[in-house]
Amino acid sequence: MQNHVKKENLTRRQILKTSLTGAGAIAAGTLGLPSLVTAGEDTIRVGHITPRSGFLGTLGDYGFRGVNLAVEELNAAGGILGREVDLFSEDSVGSAVAPTKAQKLIEKRKVHFLVGEISSGSGGGIMATANRLKTLYMQTGCNSDALRGEKCNPYSFHIEAGNTMYTKTIGNWQNRAGNVDGKNFYMLTADYAFGHDLARVSTRFLTENGGNVMANELIATGTPDYSPYILKIKAAAPDFVYINLAGGDQTTFLKQYKEFGLPFKVSGGVMDTAGFWAAGIESITGYWQSLWYHGMQTDTSQAFTKAFVEKYKKPPENQAWGDYMGVKIMAAAMEEAKTTDPDAIIGLLESGMDFDILKPRKGTFRKSDHSLLQEMFVVKVKDKADMADKWDIFEIVEASPGANENLDVIQPTQAENACNMG
Amino acid sequence: MLMLFEQILNGLLVGSYYTLLALGLSIIFSLGGVVNLAHGAFYAVGAYLTVLFTDILGFGLAFLITPAVVGLIGIAIEALFLRRLYNKDPILTLLFTFGLAMSGEQALRLIFGASGIPFSIPEFLSGQLHVGDFLYSYYRLSILAVTSLSIAGLWILFNKTSFGLIVRAGVADAEMVRVMGISVKPILSMVFAIGVGLAAVAGSMSASLTGVQPAMGNDIVTVAFVICVLGGLGSFWGVVFAGLLVGILKGVTALYFPPAAEGSIYALMVLVLIFRPRGMFGVKFERLE
Repeated sequence: MQNHVKKENLTRRQILKTSLTGAGAIAAGTLGLPSLVTAGEDTIRVGHITPRSGFLGTLGDYGFRGVNLAVEELNAAGGILGREVDLFSEDSVGSAVAPTKAQKLIEKRKVHFLVGEISSGSGGGIMATANRLKTLYMQTGCNSDALRGEKCNPYSFHIEAGNTMYTKTIGNWQNRAGNVDGKNFYMLTADYAFGHDLARVSTRFLTENGGNVMANELIATGTPDYSPYILKIKAAAPDFVYINLAGGDQTTFLKQYKEFGLPFKVSGGVMDTAGFWAAGIESITGYWQSLWYHGMQTDTSQAFTKAFVEKYKKPPENQAWGDYMGVKIMAAAMEEAKTTDPDAIIGLLESGMDFDILKPRKGTFRKSDHSLLQEMFVVKVKDKADMADKWDIFEIVEASPGANENLDVIQPTQAENACNMG
Repeated sequence: MLMLFEQILNGLLVGSYYTLLALGLSIIFSLGGVVNLAHGAFYAVGAYLTVLFTDILGFGLAFLITPAVVGLIGIAIEALFLRRLYNKDPILTLLFTFGLAMSGEQALRLIFGASGIPFSIPEFLSGQLHVGDFLYSYYRLSILAVTSLSIAGLWILFNKTSFGLIVRAGVADAEMVRVMGISVKPILSMVFAIGVGLAAVAGSMSASLTGVQPAMGNDIVTVAFVICVLGGLGSFWGVVFAGLLVGILKGVTALYFPPAAEGSIYALMVLVLIFRPRGMFGVKFERLE
């Protein structure tokens, strides 16, 4: 889907220049339909790519809003390097289509950088395309460690936290609370790249800390009914149900698990705030890990939340934050480098430039794998009586790593997830 | 063994719910020859309206009003658009309902937003029934009751009433019904309304079990199509049987080999189509031969 609507005043020269694109394209341009003509050279062009349909579509919508807000704010403040910022957005659809869409944005729209994506399957393809066409890509929603490991490349940077970071954040906390050693875990895992990677990372953490993974069920994405698995959980009687599910699947499982009223606690390798909002406060409980939450009390975080609420009448969540940050970080890097040259920007990002990422501590990219060194947070589901509004579902318990710890400690080690930029 | 038995019983419960969705598709196809690709959109509209009406009227009334409202929307769409396409190339109705499915989903996105809306099981239907080692949620048992009543009601409507007689005559030979001086137009509208009304009932019931979001009908309606093909388009009891079979198959596959649980029904469909291209209990449609 093409979301960018670019109205152009066609001159004779432009018509001649674009005549090869056909009369239909010109007609579309004059009618204000999505323009097929090549974008002008004077703007900074952002290529946003993310799923806008399917089980990740809800998250993709938040990402789209985040990126729109970032572009709007940049243009209101004079653009990037004094040039207006143009946004081109594509529905990545799925892993078979995403690389083609990325290529279209780079070759046809001549975007200066790509930002977005949520599915690790699609993300790997977009990364490969960005690398091949030497275009920067700010990856904002794919959790698979493999993208920062065996699939890493010089042109891709990861704002989204990897599976190991999610696992260590909640795992370290649960471990301290005595909820890992000697406990039995029953895993439900999304049957695609992200889930497989998360199950592998989670299993490694749990078993290294004395836990026992008694089962790992691979479940197709978009499954409408979890009752067969819930009955199996009942029979297995674990200490914890551990979900490695994404997007709308988190919502469906949490609602149906609540329906059956089983006594076993639920934990998991990932938590998307939007999925938990949709499940409703009655269906969720316990402690989870969060990449960013709108209840974060820093000035810039509150300013972002306020601007988002004013524009969209609801607060942002972690995906909106990720895509918003993707554009803002690239804008800051281009301003600092005073150029849009990808290699110069890579050098700058690898040099340890730090960014305000709307968290108490600033973020920098790790040179070895381009993973954003950043805080994550342990959050606790609030009691219904304590909620200020329907969005107010979490209380931030602690940052991970702690204030005195190196931001590196929740990242995978080189031994756990080797990256060779080549 | 106990586990297998429990999964089979649970599969029957789940299958009855799929049946409701598939029956709506099947009856719309039987009379008008319309393959309603927008069935999932009506299902989603049913879920959204239930959430909306529950805020104002409570779940009970919302559950009753929703199918009626969706049925009225169905009548309007049938009278304004579909009616013009019955005697045209079948590809036109396919294209129209496909477009309707996409417009419906986007309309929900525009009105309610892309984010899921939380909606819980109503208090009076929450809780579980323990029978020995077996566990059932009251909500799913109430779904079983609703689907059983709907199936029985539909069967009586189509087999024991004068309306049903005209519908069955229309299915067999619409031209002859017209010659007898009976207008088929209002009958077609009613059948379409009943079909999409059933989708809305299913949507109403699923609002508390899955995320209420614009694309919620996409995955589940595929299952409904598979059931129709398996049972045989046009066969009432064929669709009921296939719905239950699909529920059981998914449950049993989830027990022994979970990664294949969703795919198992497609494998079954391929097998059935190889040996019985018209489905297990499919009837022959003269006008489609």
